[in-house]
Amino acid sequence: MELITPSLGLLFWSAIIFATLLFILTKFAWKPIVGALEEREKFISDALDQANKAKEEMSKLKSDNEALLLQARQERDKILKDAQTVAAATMAEAKEKAQSESDKMVANARLQIINEKNAAILELKNLVATTSLEIAEQIMKKDLSSESSQKDLIDAYLKESKFN
Amino acid sequence: MLLSLSFLASFPSFSSNEDNSTGKEQKFNAAEMIKHHIADAYDWHFFGEGHASVSMPLPVILYSTTKGLQIFSSSNFHHGTESYNGYRIDHNHIICLDESEKIYDISITKNVASMMLAAIIIMIIFLSISASYKKNVGQAPSGMQSVFEPLITFVRDEIASPNIGPKYAKYLPYLLTVFFFIWVNNLLGLIPTGANASGNIAFTLTLAAITLLFTLFSGNKEYWAHIFWTPGVPLPLRVIMLPVEVIGIFTKPFALMIRLFANITAGHIIILSILSFIFMFKSFAVAGVSVPFAVVMSLMEVFVAALQAYIFTLLSALFIGQAVAEHEHHDDHH
Repeated sequence: MELITPSLGLLFWSAIIFATLLFILTKFAWKPIVGALEEREKFISDALDQANKAKEEMSKLKSDNEALLLQARQERDKILKDAQTVAAATMAEAKEKAQSESDKMVANARLQIINEKNAAILELKNLVATTSLEIAEQIMKKDLSSESSQKDLIDAYLKESKFN
Repeated sequence: MLLSLSFLASFPSFSSNEDNSTGKEQKFNAAEMIKHHIADAYDWHFFGEGHASVSMPLPVILYSTTKGLQIFSSSNFHHGTESYNGYRIDHNHIICLDESEKIYDISITKNVASMMLAAIIIMIIFLSISASYKKNVGQAPSGMQSVFEPLITFVRDEIASPNIGPKYAKYLPYLLTVFFFIWVNNLLGLIPTGANASGNIAFTLTLAAITLLFTLFSGNKEYWAHIFWTPGVPLPLRVIMLPVEVIGIFTKPFALMIRLFANITAGHIIILSILSFIFMFKSFAVAGVSVPFAVVMSLMEVFVAALQAYIFTLLSALFIGQAVAEHEHHDDHH
């Protein structure tokens, strides 16, 4: 029975000792310790959060960069293509123009040649006519009784008049 | 081994006390020896017997209805063999020789001294840790901090937070204090010649009463409604439930008190019983079996010391948690 009968003195002292311990530890140990623990935990979780955020930002930046690069590449390709088409178009146009110009020149030249030829023929005709006339005149002036004299005369005139 | 040897050294100490008076052959009485070892005492006995025993006297504090407050050393009783100032030790209690006198005994007994020692050890440990927390703010724990920080976070994250809920911070200091106080007292009790403070019913009663006070003072409206007018139960049943629930308020801490007391005391009794076999059979051969067995039991008691501190703290947290819970679960009350 003694074992399960609480004694007054022990009740008294255990209450006092425990209450004192509780008071002192709460004030000088548990509050600072638990506070410091919480602070440290908060610090760690904040740091982890920040690291995660930085990582996310980094990957976002990387994907942004990649997108930018891709865009730049596409743009470059487009510009190059455009330039190529423009160049091709310009070249074709220039060719066409040159062709037409040369055609025109050839046509002109041809026309001129024909003109020149016609003029030359005309001139030749005139020359033949005047020469014939002159020969006729000479003949008229000379004795053309004999056949040989006639022939000599013609030869002489032919010698005189130079044909081109 | 040290533990067992020490027990051996302290054995014959007392069986002789009663037999000496008769002057007959000393006979070993295991039951008396065990009772003596788990009971409180006015001096801290180390070894030896009767007048030859080596012990540390402790202050006796008495409040007498006739003589007022009296403080004197327990050495005046000469290990319980002599009376002093009208008082005598009888079966580990101070009684008055004068029948008309009534005393209130608040002596610093062995258990009280052991409790004080535990309190001092705890204070030294945690105040120094607290200082190192202030010193290395925001740094990793070092030394003693690393040893006790997991224990503190264990009480917070495994005991207080899951059982009490979001309001746990208010009760955390109590739970931490009770956990370490019980644990250290349990361990001190396992040291040979140590006191059996945490296996004393007065000690466990005090702690259980404090848990009860915390429960009563933190109980919210829903808690009291649940007790006095259990919701979700038919009216006639409510009337029956009322006394059951009211008794329930007290059975919970009562169970706390008995559990700790019985576990610690039983551990002491088992170890002492095993070692008693040696003296009962008066054979060294028995020691070959008893001593290893007692060592194993002692190791188990070291585990029980932590386990019981954990269980007491856990159940205290659970009871407080029931009192502060925002939504009572009507299905699982008992």
